[in-house]
Amino acid sequence: MSDLSFETRQTPTIQSGEGSFGDYFALMKPRVMSLVIFTALVGLLVAPVPVHPMVGFCAILFIAIGAGASGALNMWWDADIDQVMRRTRKRPIPAGKVAPGEALALGLGLSGLSVVMLALATNLLAGFLLAFTIFFYAVVYSMWLKRSTPQNIVIGGAAGAFPPMIGWVAATGSISLEAALMFALIFMWTPPHFWALALFMKSDYNDAGVPMLTVTHGRRETRRQILIYTILLAPVALGLALTPVAGPLYIATALVLNAIFLKGAWDIWRRDETMAEADNYAVEKKVFKFSILYLFLHFGVLLSEATLTRAGITLIGG
Amino acid sequence: MAFGKDHELHTRRSGRNFGVAGLLIGFAAIVFGLTIAKVSEDGPIQGFDHVARPELIERGQQ
Repeated sequence: MSDLSFETRQTPTIQSGEGSFGDYFALMKPRVMSLVIFTALVGLLVAPVPVHPMVGFCAILFIAIGAGASGALNMWWDADIDQVMRRTRKRPIPAGKVAPGEALALGLGLSGLSVVMLALATNLLAGFLLAFTIFFYAVVYSMWLKRSTPQNIVIGGAAGAFPPMIGWVAATGSISLEAALMFALIFMWTPPHFWALALFMKSDYNDAGVPMLTVTHGRRETRRQILIYTILLAPVALGLALTPVAGPLYIATALVLNAIFLKGAWDIWRRDETMAEADNYAVEKKVFKFSILYLFLHFGVLLSEATLTRAGITLIGG
Repeated sequence: MAFGKDHELHTRRSGRNFGVAGLLIGFAAIVFGLTIAKVSEDGPIQGFDHVARPELIERGQQ
């Protein structure tokens, strides 16, 4: 943990801890949780080992609660910068609805509950991976990297990449190539996704003093890095096509989506600030929106193919 | 005699309390359901009742 992270922290002014039920739920970042639920569900269902529906439900529920707990810990730690940024100003702590200590208690309590319950419901390795993910997001990303290096997004992205692997491990009890590639897909996708956002949300990160690549290395370099990571992402997405979890539908989808994403990253790289400001960052916004669809469709197709296979339907041959 | 309207703070507290109650009931239901699922995964269970049963001995020797 760097000294910088402590120096830049300021205690936000909090009124009371009389938040509504919804305010406490908002601490768990429900939108992030929905992505976690989706990718963990895919990891669980594409695994070659069938899981009892109740065990599967519990596994997804406790992975989601673990993700929510790390979100609450992140909001507790980042309350000072959340107060500065427009996008996060209305979160429960900076808005004065929930006291920081309550967010910390909720985060720690739910972390312990989710890890223990996941380990009991599935296996120890899944519980350990969930504990590591919470630690990685709350401590490595939020407390350490976020305020100390522009590579925060790259390494911190690992926290968001773990859920499908945890889902897989919950079903199989071990880590395999498929789980590692699903992890790598989200890991490599995170930098171009967030840097595209940072290109058109520049003032927010500037005001908060978060060392985003756009601030520390300039916008030209950010555009170059988006292209590099998108090029590196393509073989990972296509590599997953070579594993037993992927079928012909995945191969076709991955080819099309990666071609579109690469074209978008190429367009971002070719533009300069004058061009971007002229059309109000239209290309950057388009690529950012597409990146969400990109990830959703990759995992969605994996899920569809797994469901069809379980129903005894094969798309080619069989 | 009509009751006075609840203060907004009390409405919020009440909502929170009902929410927590719902979560606790839900948690108990999940633990119960999980227990049933885990126990039924291994098939019928025979407890030790001080009588040697051939099928248990045979299974142990395999």
